Amino acid sequence: MESLSSAGIVWGVIRQLWPVWLSLAVVVGLSFRFRRNLGLYGQVVTTGPGVAGVLLLGFWLFTALYARWISPFDPLGQIYEMQDALPGAIEPHSGLPYFFGGDKLARDVFSRVIAGSRIVLIIAPLATALALAVGIALGLPAGYIGKRVDAVLSFIANLVLAFPIILLFYLLVSPGILETPIPYVLAGLFFVFPIGLLFILFWSGYKKQPVQLLIRLGLTTLVGGWLFATFVFDRDPFGIIRVSPSTLNIFIAVALASGPGIFRIVRGLTLDIKSREYVLAAQTRGESPWYIMLWEILPNARGPLIVDSCLRIGYTTILLGALGYFGLGMPPESPDWGTMIKESSKFIRLFVHPALPPALAMMSFVLGLNLLADALREQSLRD
Amino acid sequence: MAVFLLRRLGVMALTMLCLTLIVFYLVNLEPNLRKLAISQTEMHASSEHLESWLVKNGYRRPFIERYAAWLGLWPKQPNVDPATGAFTPRFNYCDEASTPVFSGALEGDLGCSTKFKVKVWVKLGPALEATGILMFWVMLTMVPVALVVGVVSGMREGSKLDRVLSIVSIATTSTPEYVSGVVLTIIFATWLGWLNGSAASATGSHISVYNFALPVMTPAIYGMGYVARMTRASMIEVMNAQYIRTARLKGLGFAAVVLKHALRNALIAPFTVIMLLFPWLLTGVVIVEVMFRYQGFGMALVDAAGNNDIDLLLACSLVSVVLVLATQLISDIGYAYLNPRIRVQ
Repeated sequence: MESLSSAGIVWGVIRQLWPVWLSLAVVVGLSFRFRRNLGLYGQVVTTGPGVAGVLLLGFWLFTALYARWISPFDPLGQIYEMQDALPGAIEPHSGLPYFFGGDKLARDVFSRVIAGSRIVLIIAPLATALALAVGIALGLPAGYIGKRVDAVLSFIANLVLAFPIILLFYLLVSPGILETPIPYVLAGLFFVFPIGLLFILFWSGYKKQPVQLLIRLGLTTLVGGWLFATFVFDRDPFGIIRVSPSTLNIFIAVALASGPGIFRIVRGLTLDIKSREYVLAAQTRGESPWYIMLWEILPNARGPLIVDSCLRIGYTTILLGALGYFGLGMPPESPDWGTMIKESSKFIRLFVHPALPPALAMMSFVLGLNLLADALREQSLRD
Repeated sequence: MAVFLLRRLGVMALTMLCLTLIVFYLVNLEPNLRKLAISQTEMHASSEHLESWLVKNGYRRPFIERYAAWLGLWPKQPNVDPATGAFTPRFNYCDEASTPVFSGALEGDLGCSTKFKVKVWVKLGPALEATGILMFWVMLTMVPVALVVGVVSGMREGSKLDRVLSIVSIATTSTPEYVSGVVLTIIFATWLGWLNGSAASATGSHISVYNFALPVMTPAIYGMGYVARMTRASMIEVMNAQYIRTARLKGLGFAAVVLKHALRNALIAPFTVIMLLFPWLLTGVVIVEVMFRYQGFGMALVDAAGNNDIDLLLACSLVSVVLVLATQLISDIGYAYLNPRIRVQ
């Protein structure tokens, strides 16, 4: 079988990913050019770790975005001759190379890693956003009202935190559980939080402007209803997105695992902020508790929350990989990185090449998030 | 202090109760019971056969009664053959009483593992010991390295050494066990051949660098960066304190300031972090044990979950919740003990 040289592989990969490099260059160039107008983000791209983080994240973001155009082969397609093919082997039918070789089932590792980035970059940030909504909606009252509310909510959060995560995953993400209503009930419960949070946010902020209030509440109802129909009932009225029950299950399990951590952080920040002068001033003005929580405390807690969300997306990615590694939720042929690592690590003593690319992909994506979080923290501490 | 301890113990007991109830509910869901019945009847049984197995072994009794019996607040009923009325033990490896008897978790009876066909403690005891050994070595390699890295990079914030060490720490926190395990196995086992990619032979008493270095290194690397970052942050805070400046101004050397004045206060925060690392390590250990085929707690948990081994799963969750809550308590008490500014009310 014909094969590319090492330099040929490197050059081929670089050429294959040209839209990614182009987009990255444009984004980084523009961010650097307008860094003075971009606030915190503008400061971050002037530091070494910040640029590295933005580059890594941008790379995976654009890779996921262009996945369909830049992957040379079907991530699930098996081409018999290419079983365990070494990196650079040329597929005889199309004449295109398997840059990172073929796996045990003769699929192109390069295309699979690219397809996997799509799965990771969709689920991890969305699940984190959901967990963030739950954490904020419960953490604010726990910190601000305190007393019994705090005691009950903290107890629940600690209960979930005391659960060994792997056990939680095994119990919640088994195929059997899809026959029970539990994932749907949990999903319904979780999705109430972002929608409810927006409702209260607008209600408390635009009480005196009925037109503005109506527009915002109407939009929230529409978008929220669409999300609810799509995610909880898998009945997208527009037919754009399909969320299969097992994906929903993964989503819920990951959100449940990272929700309590966010709750604790929001609660701690609220406890810290609630004795500041501007909160006392709002209390003296006679503002409602929810107004104070959402319009006074939350905006002032955003710095640490942004940093934490960055880290949290990385953590969610790691959890997602662990689910794949234990073969939970994802179908066995799924090209997500965790499943790829699991499948290839079985034969690691024979063939190294199918295992390394997904492992390095996972590491570089999380590293990008952590570097960005670190740079953000350094910059926000400086102000 | 006594009141504080009592309150904490009360919350612990309540947490354990709620948690076991949730686990009990989840493992007794219909699909899970069916999974158990299928794995126990060991043939292509019809659904009536599965149902009769579940009825015969008492899995169809009321949920609350069974939970109470597991807990030990309700007598465990002896298993009676419905046809003959004679006492027939459910599992021959599990010496069951022939009369109703209170025998649950509160009495120290955690039941029998249907997967391993032994009493739960017979399986879990050695498994916990094996995991304890693994965790001990992980901590022993991780903590000193992490503390040194954190202190060294925190004592001169912003120096070149600090930057390099910080990047290394961030990189290790970005490498979960299943990634570093694969990469390390490739490097040390496949390419160099120095180490064994499997720790199966370490389960007995034959622990050596050859079969144990990889399972220890894998979680240690992931945790090291985190502890180092925490230590660094704590060290920076201390180094900016007034009394450090005073010590410097009175002419003390840098080494003396760091060793005599800064170190003690800088290590208070990492102590709590390290204590809270134990529960986290438990999750890491599950991955590592599965990856390197090491027969410990993690493997037991995964096997139990895969086969819906009810009693073993409940015991596993009890063990881990005790570990989580106990380390939390120790870290709180230790923090108050180490830091004279805080006193427990």
